Amino acid sequence: MSKQKDVKVGRRGFLKGAGLAGAAALAAPLKAAAQTPAVPARNPVPLPNKAAETQVPPALEVLTEGKSGSDFMIDCIKSLGFEYMAANPASSFRGLHESLINYGKNTSPEFLTCSHEEISVAMGHGYYKIEGKPLCVFAHGTVGLHHATMALYNAWCDRVPVYVVIGNTMDAQMRRPGIEWNHTAQDAAAIVRDYTKWDDYPASLQHFAESSVRAYKIAMTPPTAPVLIVADGSLQEDPIPEGLKLRIPKLPQVAAPQGDSGAVAETAKLLVNAENPVLIADRYARTQSGANRLVELAEILQCPVIDTSSRLNLPSRHPLNQSGRARAHVSRADVILGLEMTDYWNSLNTFRDQVHRTSERIVRDNAKTIHLGSGDLYIKSNYQDFQRFTEVDLAIAADGETTMPALIEAVKKLVDAGNKSKYEARGKKLAADHMADLQRTRLDATHGWDASPISTARLCMETFGAVKGLDWSIVSQSGNVSNWLNRLWPLEQHHHWLGRSGGYGVGYGAPASVGASLANRDLGRFSVNIQSDGDLMYAPGVLWTAAKHKIPQLAVMHNNRAYHQEVMHVQRLSNFRNRVANLSGDMGPVGTMIQNPDIEYHKLAESMGWWAKGPIKDPAQLGPALREAVKVVQSGQPALLNVWTQPR
Amino acid sequence: MRYLLIAAALALSNPAAAAGNAEKGKTAFLQHGCWQCHGTVGQGGAAGKALAPKPMPLEAFSVFVRHSNGPMPPYQKAILSDADLADIHAYLQSIPAAKDYKSIPLLNQ
Repeated sequence: MSKQKDVKVGRRGFLKGAGLAGAAALAAPLKAAAQTPAVPARNPVPLPNKAAETQVPPALEVLTEGKSGSDFMIDCIKSLGFEYMAANPASSFRGLHESLINYGKNTSPEFLTCSHEEISVAMGHGYYKIEGKPLCVFAHGTVGLHHATMALYNAWCDRVPVYVVIGNTMDAQMRRPGIEWNHTAQDAAAIVRDYTKWDDYPASLQHFAESSVRAYKIAMTPPTAPVLIVADGSLQEDPIPEGLKLRIPKLPQVAAPQGDSGAVAETAKLLVNAENPVLIADRYARTQSGANRLVELAEILQCPVIDTSSRLNLPSRHPLNQSGRARAHVSRADVILGLEMTDYWNSLNTFRDQVHRTSERIVRDNAKTIHLGSGDLYIKSNYQDFQRFTEVDLAIAADGETTMPALIEAVKKLVDAGNKSKYEARGKKLAADHMADLQRTRLDATHGWDASPISTARLCMETFGAVKGLDWSIVSQSGNVSNWLNRLWPLEQHHHWLGRSGGYGVGYGAPASVGASLANRDLGRFSVNIQSDGDLMYAPGVLWTAAKHKIPQLAVMHNNRAYHQEVMHVQRLSNFRNRVANLSGDMGPVGTMIQNPDIEYHKLAESMGWWAKGPIKDPAQLGPALREAVKVVQSGQPALLNVWTQPR
Repeated sequence: MRYLLIAAALALSNPAAAAGNAEKGKTAFLQHGCWQCHGTVGQGGAAGKALAPKPMPLEAFSVFVRHSNGPMPPYQKAILSDADLADIHAYLQSIPAAKDYKSIPLLNQ
């Protein structure tokens, strides 16, 4: 074999050279093919050409290269501090793939093998909620990005940054015939531009370096959101031209926007002087510190806090947590402060879903309404996730968590002894209400306690009983379990509750839970996932990813054998139209049930490397099975219990 | 409140409601989709209130079911007969009282 030459020549240069001097090499396969006996073509994959494989290549054909563009791209990605990169392997980023695992030694980031791009992105969604920094995702150009869209939309709606890099080959003469053309787009990011914060298609390696850092900075600046970089195929695979000087810019520490000082002072004044102030927190707390500060503000004012459960904003057992009395507090409030609300309108109004839809504002006419949030700093037009326009008196466009210390200080300055006495009385009443609500909720949970299928209250509380002594984290709750987790579990820490999908795109739960479990694993925490059946069937391949990468998790299935939200919608419409709903042998309307046959999720999980058990229908068997599963998870293996449950 | 008043008035004017069959009522409860929001034993949840134990009187129950304009869609006679409604009510009445939550350790944590 001839000695391979380490020549720094780009693919363009190589092909040009091949055209001029390597004609023999190109001609050889054609000649060999011509000598092959005519056989009807059955296989579209080209047959091996023995002559081409055994002949010594022409001296000018470059068969190997030194450092490639994708090596430098990996340097850029490493500079951003990613610990993991999730991807379904694909040829459009093969340069990056090879560079990551060989040049980059498959560390920081480490390749997480996924079976679908929706899984990769949703894992990033869950991962961020624990780790506080984005997961890197590589995705195939066009088709891979199409698969990723739903998860990107969820992340966008939930204000979660995910860092996506896709492959794409812009230069037509460099594309392999056939499939690579199908997987290439002129504007590759266009399909997700409505729900990503920024994207770029760098035309050079230096451009890539700058855009990769810029993308990270933009993603992490509130309002946080997904970003996308297109890594051109030629740029990935061409050798780095000799002598080319490249530099990776430093990543700045991002300081989030803080609210205008005058507006903060005005807000403090209104809150301090209010008779019935109310705080409503949606995607407010990004960190434990943010949650702690909301507790501090609420305790100074001794006022009710309504936590919409998009994040853990206030501990569930805090006496000022009045989430169960939201409407009553809003309707009598004289000052309402919304924190990072994505659907403020829905908190201040009622809406009746009848044949004739109507709505009504429930806020007092003279009440002052304020919004503090970063949503106004970045908004797009097409998708309507910004919700209905909310009429407020003061809109502070700033990050809620970053502004909170200034608001607390402003409030402290205004509170005097008279206020404190009044606040104390208010707080006592709220604490009594909170306790009464908790007792009533416990009573509610007893109804159907011994029912089969198992009640969702029992499902949740048996699970709590099995993990209560551990440093647990509810990494996802897909489907609907009547909010028992929020109502009965003592959710104290920010990592105890991560909120929901954001865009309500079903299929978030399983992969996001695995992403969050990955982050929890590295922090030594125990991850609990209440996994609904419909959600799991969107991307069950994530079970394999969890087993493959040794990501422990306790998945307790809320298997009500239905797309239950739709069960009720179709029943509702049937009633509005005075028609008996067509069940056709199932328990719910045609098209809404996941039964006949019932899916054996425990076998599905087992087949992908999980410890699993089920179906569990007898409530008395649930506790022992949970304790068994907890031990398995503590040993480092994911475990799933397939539990048949009541609908809600 | 409006429907409770109507129901109370009707209860006074129509005291002799037919007694239903609990066994048939369980079947009707499932077939007509009541379980979807209220659970198979009427325990209630996020989508519907608890109906059992101790359901409201049949007359009030009937008025509510026929004329609900809130979260629950109305069930008129064309899709749910009076007999089925009475049976459903009998089923709900047959459901035993729940345990005291203080006797369930998992609910006292």
